This record gives sequence, structure tokens and C-alpha cells, in this order.
Amino acid sequence: MARSDTSTRRRLRGRAAERRPEHLTERRAKPPIIELRHATKIFPGGHVALERVSLRVDRGEFVFLVGPTGCGKSTLIKMLIRELAPTEGEVLIAGRDIATISNKKIPQLRRRIGTVFQDFKLLDSRNVYDNVAYALQVIGASRSEIRSKVPDALRLVGLGDKINNFPDQLSGGEQQRLSIARAFVNHPPLLLADEPTGNLDPETSIGIMQLLYRINRTGTTVLVVTHDREMVDKMRRRVIGLADGRVVRDQSAGMYSDDENTTEFGLRLRDEMGLEE
Amino acid sequence: MSRVIFFIGEGLRALRRGAAPSLAAIVTVAITILLLGVLIPILQTTGGKANEVRDQVDVRVFLYDDATQSETDTLETNIQQIPHVESVDYVSKQQALQNLRDRLDDPALVDQLPGHRNPLPASFEIQPDDIDNLGTITSALQPPGQNGDPEPISPAIEEVLDSRDDATAIASVSSTVKIFMLVIAALLITASLLLVGNTIRLSIYARRTEVEVMRLVGATNWFIRWPFMVEGLVCGLIGGMVAIGALLLGKVTIVDPLADSITLLSAQKTTTIAFPALMLILLAAATVVSALGSGFTLRRFLKV
Repeated sequence: MARSDTSTRRRLRGRAAERRPEHLTERRAKPPIIELRHATKIFPGGHVALERVSLRVDRGEFVFLVGPTGCGKSTLIKMLIRELAPTEGEVLIAGRDIATISNKKIPQLRRRIGTVFQDFKLLDSRNVYDNVAYALQVIGASRSEIRSKVPDALRLVGLGDKINNFPDQLSGGEQQRLSIARAFVNHPPLLLADEPTGNLDPETSIGIMQLLYRINRTGTTVLVVTHDREMVDKMRRRVIGLADGRVVRDQSAGMYSDDENTTEFGLRLRDEMGLEE
Repeated sequence: MSRVIFFIGEGLRALRRGAAPSLAAIVTVAITILLLGVLIPILQTTGGKANEVRDQVDVRVFLYDDATQSETDTLETNIQQIPHVESVDYVSKQQALQNLRDRLDDPALVDQLPGHRNPLPASFEIQPDDIDNLGTITSALQPPGQNGDPEPISPAIEEVLDSRDDATAIASVSSTVKIFMLVIAALLITASLLLVGNTIRLSIYARRTEVEVMRLVGATNWFIRWPFMVEGLVCGLIGGMVAIGALLLGKVTIVDPLADSITLLSAQKTTTIAFPALMLILLAAATVVSALGSGFTLRRFLKV
């Protein structure tokens, strides 16, 4: 069992390596990391959650997906990790139609997509370290790999000194940082965040956004879903607006500089939100 | 290998953390096994009794006192040739008297027979190959004559008796009891499976968010399932051992001292499977059912 897992992973890694851009200059040549082609989702009972949605997200982008509650944002996220299948149309991840992935291979897809949720979805029975380690254990990482990667991820999110705490001993912001560490510890090419700041106060939210931006700067594509249009507008990133299951707005490049560093990003945000440092 | 250790570790960790649902599962398994452990020997004893009765059924041919040796010998050969006869035993007058003496509480009674004469006839005891062939053998011994009355095949025969009526009465009672016990056993097993399944479902339901998170980070279904199965296995093992301990205690303190004085209990020794074997089977069943139950119940939470 262990052996077949390893070989599957090796094959996947090989495939991933073909597609993952080694340099940013190669980005254009590769298929987009996310591509929806006329994706429609109709729930049993006739409710249309998404209607012929087409969009592309290229590697390395930082994208906001906004819209009021019930506009189909969460449905879209669920379709990207194949929790839901589109009724019509196609969902492509790194150029591959994920409807063609067999059920058995779905876990492999999810290992390459980090996910962060509004309610954190932590394992309450495990401490901070083990929560992050679990994501590595499921992919069969060796113990030494776990020992080196987990502290790195925790330091990145600023929880390096809380490894023995349990989730219920952390603040909301810290819990969200922990869930980001877990999502990122594999260094997935794509990170999805569904309302990551929905439960947090503005100051903490900026910290989380700053963290996601820092992760984006390492080359990971980040897609953030939120209903907080005002905050998004001030961040000057690409924004895709959804309403009633349709794309109503897609403002891309040109509005922000690509090489703003994390500190500048945070300072500007705080400034625009009217918060003191 | 390290993976196996990881799964076992995860399973045991879940046991320590979720003590309440695990305890419920253990108690459920223990009670179920306890009931089965009491019921199965009783069921087997009933079955054993019924078989014993069937074995005792036979046909007896009583002979006149003045039957000659050659008549007797011919009759014995003839009886052996009747279909469905398994064995024939000749019981002489002296033997019959001796048998009676052995059965009496006070053997001296035999010696007080009037005139010291032996009133018992010699006889053949015929064992049929099956209880249902008694009638065939009886009618072969005394086929209907010209006027329709049964006529014995030999002048030496005084009377032919079979114990069919008694036997069938006892057998039908014991088979009713047997069916009744089987129904109870079937109901009990069904109830226990449902109960164990439900307990497992509850304990998994309590951790469904955990399962959801595991799926989100890309754990394969088996990777999620194994720790739960280890947990179920340990619950089943502990529950089974508790029940078997109680059964052993009950056997040593209650059943064994009574076994010598009560025939129903002593019959168990000869007709049922050995107690240790039964306990091992119950323990294995408890463990396997709990482990598989856990794995099976998880299915609904593992849909992609």
C-alpha cells in the first residue's frame, strides 16, 4: 500500500513538474491554473447557483472573488476541489478537466490545492503542530520531512511559539493562521480561501490578507472569496464579481504594481482602511 | 510499516480523546456478547437433549418363554435382513432381570419375586437407522395377515412394541423449544448488530467535521478509515473480553457446581462445543463486527 502510494505520488509529481512554471517568464506559456468554461451548477430542485461562468486565473495571480451571500461563490470553490461537479461546462485545474479525474485520484487533486475556510476547520483534538503535520502525514511524507516543514510553515504564519497549543486555546486570527499554515505546508500551486476573514475583526483581517499576499509572493496562486467588497476595492488586486451565479465584473491587471512587498502592502491597507499601525 | 504504526497510534489516540462514545461502544459490545454467551450454550443443550431422545427410540420384540433356540436364531437373522435396521441386540431373560435389578434403587426387590420365578420375557432390541423408519420396521415384523390384523413373522414373537409415541412427543416438544430458541437467538443477534452499528455511527457522527477536514487536505478514504477501524477493533476487543470475563466467572461460580446434580447442565459437557472455543469465537466476532462496522459506517461520510 505504501509503495503504490509513493509511486502514484511520483507520477503526479512528474506531471506537476511539467506544468508548474519554473520561472515567472514561462507563465504565459503554461495553461491557466484555474479555467472555467461555461460552468453551470443547478442544484436538485432547480436552484441555479452558477450560470455559464467562464473565467481564467493564471499562475501566480492574486484574485478576489466577491459578491453578496448566495451568489454562488462557495459553490464555485466547491467545484474547484470537486466537492461538487458542474451540471454543465468544464472546470480545468492546471489545464486538466477535473471531471475526468477518477474518484480514487481526487485526494491527489486536493493535496495540490490548499484550502482555507471561514470556520477554520481545524482538528480540535490535535495541537497546532499536529494539525499542520496531518496534512503531510496524509501524503505519506517521511518523519524527517515533517519535522523540517511543519516548523517552517508555523514560523511563516507567526505561530512558531505556539506549537503545543490546542485550537481552542488560540484566538480567531491565530486559528486562521494555523489553517493557512496547514493549507500551505505542502507548498501547493493553488490556495483557495473561502471567506478567510469572515469571522475576524478588521485589524486581524489585514494580518491574514498580508499573510495570503506573502504566500502569493512565493509563487502560489491565491484565490480569496469574500463578500466584503469595500475591503477588496482598497486592496487593488484583480477582482471577479459574481451576482446571481454570473460574472458581473472582472477587473484585472494594471491597477496595482506587482512588486509591492508585504510590508508596503500591509501599510497601504491599514492606511486605506483608516486603521493605525 | 511506519504507516501501520501511525494508524494504530491514531486509533488509540481517538480512543483516549473520545472516551464517552468509545465507552458506550464497549458496553454495548460487552452486553451483547454476554447475552450470546449465555444463550448459545442453552440452545446447544436443548438441541443435545432432543438428539439424545432420538437415540433412545427403538423397537422391542418380546418372545414367548417357550420359544426354541432355533426359532430365536432364525428370527434374529430375519430381523437383520429388514431394511433400515441398524442393530439388533438379544436380551435374554436373565439379562432382562439383571437390567431391572440395575435400574432399581433397591435391588433386593427382585429377589422377593413370588416363587423366585423370572417374569420377564426375552426380547430383541432393534435400533432403526432413523427415527422415521420405526413404523416400517414394526410393520415388517408383523405384516397384516389375511383378516387384516398384524401377524408376527415368527411364532416365537409374543408382542412388538415401539417407543415411537413417547419419542415423537418428546422430540416435537424439544424441536419447538429449539425453534423458539433459534428465533430468539436470531432476534438477539440482529438487535446486537443494529445496536453496535448505531453506537459506532454516533461516535463517528460526533467526529464528522474531523473526517471532513481529513478529506479536504487530501487524505484517501482508506487513510481516514484505518484509524476508525483500529478504534472499533479495540472497542470490540475490550468489550468482548469484559463479557467473557463475566461469563467465565458465571461458569465457575454458578454453572459448574450445579452441573453434577442437574442433568440438563451436565449434558452440555458432551453435546456442545468446548467452552474455550465458544469464547474465542465470540471474542473474534465482537472484534471483527466492531472493526468492520466502523469501516462500513464511515462510507456515508466519505463520498467524494
